[in-house]
Amino acid sequence: MKKENTQELPSRANLSFSHSPEGDLLILVSGDWRMGQQVPSVEAVDGQLTSDSKVLRILFDTKELKGWDSGLLTFLTKVMACCSEKKILLDKGGLPQGVQRLLALATAVPERKEARREAKREPFLPLVGVRAIEFYRTTIEMVSFIGEASLAFVKFLGGRASFRRSDLVLLLQECGAQALPIVSLISLLVGLILAFVGAIQLKMFGAQIFVADVVGIGMVRVMGAIMTGIIIAGRTGAAFAAQLGTMEVNEEIDALKTLGISPMEFLVLPRMVALIIMMPLLCLYADLLGILGGLIVGVGMLDLGVMQYLNETRSAVTLTNLWIGLFHSAVFGVLIALSGCLRGMQCGRSAEAVGYATTSAVVTGIISIILATAIITFGCQVLGI
Amino acid sequence: MTKESQIVVRDLDMGYGTFILMRDLNFTVNRGDIFIIMGGSGCGKSTLLKILIGLKEPSRGQVFYNGVSFWEMETEERERIMKRFGILYQSGALWSSMTLAENVALPLEQYTNLSPGQIRELVSLKLSLVGLAGFEEFYPSEISGGMRKRAALARAMALDPDILFFDEPSAGLDPVSSRLLDDLILELRDSLGSTIVVVTHELASIFAIGNNSIYLDVDSGTMTASGDPKKLLAESKDPRVRKFLTRGEEGTREERL
Repeated sequence: MKKENTQELPSRANLSFSHSPEGDLLILVSGDWRMGQQVPSVEAVDGQLTSDSKVLRILFDTKELKGWDSGLLTFLTKVMACCSEKKILLDKGGLPQGVQRLLALATAVPERKEARREAKREPFLPLVGVRAIEFYRTTIEMVSFIGEASLAFVKFLGGRASFRRSDLVLLLQECGAQALPIVSLISLLVGLILAFVGAIQLKMFGAQIFVADVVGIGMVRVMGAIMTGIIIAGRTGAAFAAQLGTMEVNEEIDALKTLGISPMEFLVLPRMVALIIMMPLLCLYADLLGILGGLIVGVGMLDLGVMQYLNETRSAVTLTNLWIGLFHSAVFGVLIALSGCLRGMQCGRSAEAVGYATTSAVVTGIISIILATAIITFGCQVLGI
Repeated sequence: MTKESQIVVRDLDMGYGTFILMRDLNFTVNRGDIFIIMGGSGCGKSTLLKILIGLKEPSRGQVFYNGVSFWEMETEERERIMKRFGILYQSGALWSSMTLAENVALPLEQYTNLSPGQIRELVSLKLSLVGLAGFEEFYPSEISGGMRKRAALARAMALDPDILFFDEPSAGLDPVSSRLLDDLILELRDSLGSTIVVVTHELASIFAIGNNSIYLDVDSGTMTASGDPKKLLAESKDPRVRKFLTRGEEGTREERL
């Protein structure tokens, strides 16, 4: 056989070809065939097969092959595909033993063609239908979850719920005491901001004393509850979703179910009760800190006396405002607990799913808080309180 | 023919804080070995593996790779050596937000200058080597545990590593899948000439694939045996080693006698 058509490339990997009259194409593979180096492409082989249609068999000579890795294997798998397409016999006898074994391994399990996913665009109407069905299922899940939580709460009030008291105590500490620093900071600043905003307008009329009314009524009736709710949704709601989501991933919730322990009573109920108890207390604390913030502005900027400010606050803020604010906060506590726990228990079985559940819990919690505020405010309007 | 030493461990102590788990470990892994690190639960097999692959520093002692002290070199140099490792973690540790193809492609994207097309071809090759051709676009959560292990093995082999480390490769697999994985390990050693270090306590795998080993004894806090597992079974007089290698049978029989 004569050597012809030597193709040399800048890299050290080389291919040479020679044809025999019997229809054999001998491929001489030489040099270093490694990933990351420039190696001859399969088009060189394809070109040989196209130019000589009488080729019946391909053989290899690798005596000059210095080293190889997956770079050679990918080239050879493409040659195999080319031969299969052109129905040419491929004799692997001249390849290194290791290469032959790996090629055999790579082709041992045929590709599952039906497994391969093609990217295809869903038509619009079926997509709308699928999304509508998903929305319906999600709504049913949510309503069922709220129903089960309500039943669990009734059992709790009757002293028949099964959960660990130590879990409740720990949650009270996590939701309440450990949230004090962040609630303090935010509430103080919100009080300051309310006072600043009110002061600018009221000073024009010489009515700066009414800053105490603005801050007092604003914080006690609604702002204290909303700001506390948003902080707790981001802090505690996210933590609930992450805790229950990770338990879902680790099959801990499945383990509870198989033991006959209701995850609703064991996991969700103590979290809900903890927030129902702590949210009004945190709200009260936030109200006081907000009023303090307003006091700082009133005394520092508006030359009001401390007692003057506090007396004005006391006369403006009624018990009705206080109860409405505390009612807001208790409702927010339930909503935050339900959002966090629902998203956690809906979590998929991957790390990404836990992240998604946490984000979703916070967003759902905040939206629920705002919707609830709107409903309660409307209700108060109707009742004339 | 004298085999070339690839990993040499000298006077190694390992532990957590002041608690020393294992002391005075001395062993050599030769090129082309399938080296088994075995011992009972809690003896520190996985901790030793973490020291060998650069995830944890030893409390004392040295690890040499091709004659160079691994833990005394600069971080960049150590990372360069670590790129030549392929590691299969116990639970696979596939990145759950990426498809199988993306998992296998990531090391290639990070450490080579290959084009996206070349990377795609290599990914297909690696997945076909472990019998997962066609599953490129699947996510880890969509395949079985055995398939995840194989996909993780494909990722471990992405950069054609010099040394493969397997942490409990048979954990969670049925006997048939475990046997298939053993066969794959043998094939990789025979085809690529790779050195393979396996942490396991699965006796069937130990005898099927191991040609060298160490036994870590939790009671004495050190290695008490080393060598070919089949020879240890035939010749070792250490009762703890014999009890381990006979799955507790010998210990029980002696106690009865």
